[in-house]
Amino acid sequence: MGRDPFTVLWLQAGSCGGCTMAVLEAGSRNLFDELCGRDIDVLWHPALSEATGSEVRSLLDDIENDRVHLDALCVEGTLMTGPKGSGRFQMSASFGRPFAHLVRDLAGHARYVVAVGTCSAFGGIPADKGDVAEATGLQYLDDQVGGLLGKGFVSGAGLPVINISGCAPHPGWIMETLSALSMDDLRGEDLDVLGRPRFISNHLAHHGCDRNEFYEFKASAATLSDRGCLMENLGCRATQAQGDCNLRGWNGEGSCTKGGFSCIACTAPGFQNIQNYHETPKLAGIPVGLPVDMPKAWFVALAALSKSATPDRVRRNAHADHVVVPPVRSAPKNKSSKNGKGEKP
Amino acid sequence: MTRLLVGPFNRVEGDLEVNLEIRDDQVVDAQANSPLYRGFEAILQGRPALDALVIAPRICGICSVSQSLAAAAALRSVAGFTPPANGVLAANIAHAAENAADHLTHFYLFFMPDFARDVYAGEAWFDVTAARFKATKGTGAMAWLEQRQRLLHVMGVLAGKWPHSLAFQPGGSTKSVDKGGKVRLLSIVHDLRLYLERTLFADTLEAVTSLADSQALLAWADQHPGGDFAHFLSVSAACGLDALGQTSLPLMSFGAYASGEGALFAQGVFDHTEGGSVLDVATLSEDLTSTWMQGESGHPGQASAHIDVNKDGAYTWCKAPRLDAQPVEVGALARQAVDAQPLVRDLLKSGQSNVQARIVARLMETARLVLALEDWVRALQPGEPFCLPDALPESGAGVGLVEAARGSLGHWLEIENGRLSHYQIIAPTTWNFSPRCAKGLPGPLEQALVGTPVRDGEQDPVAVQHVVRSFDPCMVCTVH
Repeated sequence: MGRDPFTVLWLQAGSCGGCTMAVLEAGSRNLFDELCGRDIDVLWHPALSEATGSEVRSLLDDIENDRVHLDALCVEGTLMTGPKGSGRFQMSASFGRPFAHLVRDLAGHARYVVAVGTCSAFGGIPADKGDVAEATGLQYLDDQVGGLLGKGFVSGAGLPVINISGCAPHPGWIMETLSALSMDDLRGEDLDVLGRPRFISNHLAHHGCDRNEFYEFKASAATLSDRGCLMENLGCRATQAQGDCNLRGWNGEGSCTKGGFSCIACTAPGFQNIQNYHETPKLAGIPVGLPVDMPKAWFVALAALSKSATPDRVRRNAHADHVVVPPVRSAPKNKSSKNGKGEKP
Repeated sequence: MTRLLVGPFNRVEGDLEVNLEIRDDQVVDAQANSPLYRGFEAILQGRPALDALVIAPRICGICSVSQSLAAAAALRSVAGFTPPANGVLAANIAHAAENAADHLTHFYLFFMPDFARDVYAGEAWFDVTAARFKATKGTGAMAWLEQRQRLLHVMGVLAGKWPHSLAFQPGGSTKSVDKGGKVRLLSIVHDLRLYLERTLFADTLEAVTSLADSQALLAWADQHPGGDFAHFLSVSAACGLDALGQTSLPLMSFGAYASGEGALFAQGVFDHTEGGSVLDVATLSEDLTSTWMQGESGHPGQASAHIDVNKDGAYTWCKAPRLDAQPVEVGALARQAVDAQPLVRDLLKSGQSNVQARIVARLMETARLVLALEDWVRALQPGEPFCLPDALPESGAGVGLVEAARGSLGHWLEIENGRLSHYQIIAPTTWNFSPRCAKGLPGPLEQALVGTPVRDGEQDPVAVQHVVRSFDPCMVCTVH
């Protein structure tokens, strides 16, 4: 006993609120019991806490003056630095400064700084190429290190910003990262080159995809509701996007590819700048974005081979939205059988 | 006279602060400021048309399905095709699940915790309320979060994930459901029914939806005191919530959950003195007088704007949408009033929308949605198509009008050479929290706050919080 609870302050910068909506689903019972079980004390969360207005201003003041200890600063949403660097795209009089400046000031008082979602990790949708909002992530803008806090930033515990990317992230990614931090069980070597926890990013969204058989035979979907593989024609980036998306259930039994649509690599920096999300860019008929570490010649050779071996069942099911040809064993071939017994049906 | 800046508001979705002028312990003037601008309309501009389905839902992680369906409907209207029946049903089921989840999250997590504040500690109803609704600790919030997870499993079956699914396309819904999936959906909806009948209402949904007027409601609450709804009604009576947050503005609904048999909730306008009438969407306009933007005010199908942070007299990023030059209130109260739901119409007999009526309408709507969900799931036909291939024309204009949990949501777009050349969005809270327009007319919240009592020395007046949260504001949608 005697260990202080792990304190968390959660702020919403230029967000859609979706990461909060996701984390509300965390835990096998409910979020509040889950936090309690991990000994996590949420000092303030904009959607959950009772404190409002002046009570919040005074809490933030206490943190900035080190009267209240902050273990993890969680930021959801992109940091708005526009227009013209003023930060006025997110500026409330009650904070007395642009929100991005508030986040920068508080980050210096936290043992860990956590970007919840692709927006605060890499900029996300508002950091669109047009750059109207002058939006940035906490320590990255797309894949360029820097962002709001700068390349050299490390939090009190000596780590860079921890990036739980995803739009929105899986509730488990958020809760497991926070829980690991609360046990001081997430260290520098547990993060990938983009600051993402490796227990998530060591996998590809493709791993565990239930269209695997279609992928193997290159039996490709022609339209979004088809059951076939979405990679060849419909822009699916699951063989390139990092995340254990298909090794977990989303909202119970779901995932993007199970939902009938392609992976758009929402865990990756710059996913907002893709054009024609549901079309596979090709050069001379071959997809430009091949599986992450596969030599092109091999891919072409294997694709040609597997296409030539595709069973009729797989080919036909690939172009339907439900199973039209069920898997059944081939009929017994008595005459051709050497011992004349044939296979059991 | 004193001025009070209340903010940052929480338990609203997104950023909000309110400027109040107070005289004789009452609010005499209010200005609502939406302080966050993200530029979604500019981000959509120039994109390939179908990419709207990736970008637009990400305006809002709370009503992501609504944004998705508005974008899909707008694109569909350009192409002019009809999705198959299964696709329409799947969209309705996911949409109703999202809206029911929003209504109950609002009740348990956002609205009721204010009655568990210490300011009410001396009240006879306080102890029960605090045990049930105290923020992050109340047993009611915990039970709801468990049920919410279960309800959102609808998205796992139908939409892949939530928020931000790509399942809802102009041609229908990308996820077909087999006979097992249909049963799993039925089971989830049944769990929601049980939860509501055991926890919120302590009575059957059929009994609740047949309550015809406020007298019947009060008699019913006396007989079913164990439910959270009855508890709310007793707190509401003690606090006079029917006289709080009043406006006499017209109520508007775009109509919700269209299917082959027409909309579940009708489209129209309800005026407190003149009753129901037809909605003429051609008279919609957006006014920029108090917004940090320059450009022509006008119909969202044509008008567009650019930012100006130094504009004189502006105090918010929120535009001021108007219907025939008038502010209107939107939301569950408007939907149920326009649809002539008897209890809600009766609660409006005083000629004023109010805090209590907004909450009752939301919970009544939730009960009605579960009955509809049961029908829609049973009507799914596994094996029949859910989605048709959707080839969009290279050019054209379209509009998508839906009802999100918080009210009317419209997307207006134009396509040129396959790309979006125009995109305007009017979200529910843009209507409700709109600032003053050129005629000086305040928006619904600004009007509803006038007359709100302020206690001695209050920095964040509790009654102001009740009024603000009674609208269930979604500030992230408001400005987008």
